[in-house]
Amino acid sequence: MYWRETMRQMEDIGLGSFLIVFLISIFIGAVTAVQFAYQLTGFTIPRYYVGYIVRDMTLIEMAPTITCLVLAGKVGSNIAAEIGGMQQKEHVAAMEIMGVNTSSFLVLPRLLACMLMIPVLVCMASFFSMIGAYLGSVPTGMFTGDEFVRGLRAFFDSHHVVMMLVKAFVFGIVLCMVSCYQGYYVKTGSVELGKSSTQAVVISNILILVSDYLIAMVLT
Amino acid sequence: MIRTEHVKKSFDDKQVLKGLNLTFYDGKTNLIIGRSGAGKTVLLKILVGLMAPTAGKVWYGEREFTALSKKELRAIRMEVGMLFQGSALFDSMTVEENIRFPMDMFSNKSTKEKQMRVDYCLERVELSGVNKKFPSEISGGMQKRVGIARSIVLEPKYLFCDEPNSGLDPKTSLVIDKLISSITKENNITTVINTHDMNSVMEIGENIALLHEGNVVWTGDKSEVLTTDNETLENFIFASPFLLKLRDSFVKK
Repeated sequence: MYWRETMRQMEDIGLGSFLIVFLISIFIGAVTAVQFAYQLTGFTIPRYYVGYIVRDMTLIEMAPTITCLVLAGKVGSNIAAEIGGMQQKEHVAAMEIMGVNTSSFLVLPRLLACMLMIPVLVCMASFFSMIGAYLGSVPTGMFTGDEFVRGLRAFFDSHHVVMMLVKAFVFGIVLCMVSCYQGYYVKTGSVELGKSSTQAVVISNILILVSDYLIAMVLT
Repeated sequence: MIRTEHVKKSFDDKQVLKGLNLTFYDGKTNLIIGRSGAGKTVLLKILVGLMAPTAGKVWYGEREFTALSKKELRAIRMEVGMLFQGSALFDSMTVEENIRFPMDMFSNKSTKEKQMRVDYCLERVELSGVNKKFPSEISGGMQKRVGIARSIVLEPKYLFCDEPNSGLDPKTSLVIDKLISSITKENNITTVINTHDMNSVMEIGENIALLHEGNVVWTGDKSEVLTTDNETLENFIFASPFLLKLRDSFVKK
């Protein structure tokens, strides 16, 4: 049962969030490239630096943080509403009577799914961001494809990938635990369900930003 | 058999149950009746262990339910089935998966044996053929029957039903009542039903306890209801003047 529920959650969280992550990443990548190309105009900095800046910004900050803030809205509110709804419709009580450890049965599959799928989504987000940066800048003639790719490959530090994965992993845990808590301890009524769902998103976002700062302090 | 001994429950300053002594018998449909807010749901939650009493004891046969360790409680859970007011079927699972859920959690039966048991339970509640449907695809009455099938899948010794007829038409209510009653007899289960449905009281009430403001004010069976001189019971059962008149004419005859 745990295995099947974990698979269902992985599908919901992973596949279910793919489209939104794809779209956001493409546009964030494109905007980042266009903005930096604009900012660096008139300086003696080589143009290929835009690719380098886009890559590091994406890996270190944009992909993990922006993706997880969006996922806190999509996945987090969904988790809180689903568990909250189960609580209100006595599903949780039914499980308790069947002797199921509900806190474990409801939280563990979701936590595992978040811990595994969110880093995967963040990796995809970083890849699509760079594709977006290329599509947003090279065809418009800001710089050549070769210059952009040269920038992407310049001064690569694998530590940045580690940092991205650590952030994705931590943010995944944060948004899952906050949302599960909000859903599990929901009070009766649809107003309360809405509130708990909103609280899940707001608190997750705040904690993601705080932990982003802490991870940056520790890992840089 | 289930017994309660001086069971009390308070929420802050409000005492909801004021020292209940009740016995629920094997092979009988035991009804807890009373107006809304009388404490029926709180009592049922205490009986199944979803809530702890402020004082008092609950006995399942010779076992003191309220003093069991977590491990013992888990073991006794396998002997308990419960039908919830809103059926509480899991939306993400099919009818078949809902019924199989307790077996997946507790039973070491093979997949084939589990499937046979699921099919038997569905047949028992006259719902063969809806195995692959989701709860949202079946009616409220059918959901209740699936709830019953799920609650009996582990062959429980104790069956609890929280307002099994709420939201159902009188005809479907009767079907549910008769189903619960026949399952109780067939398997000699201790069934405790929490209801304020008068039809249920008159149809399947073998051991009825009337709760009023946290106290048991009347106990008896359905045959005693019509001839009662208990004012609280009269006010509860024959709430409308029409029913009271009907009762009087029936008793005179």
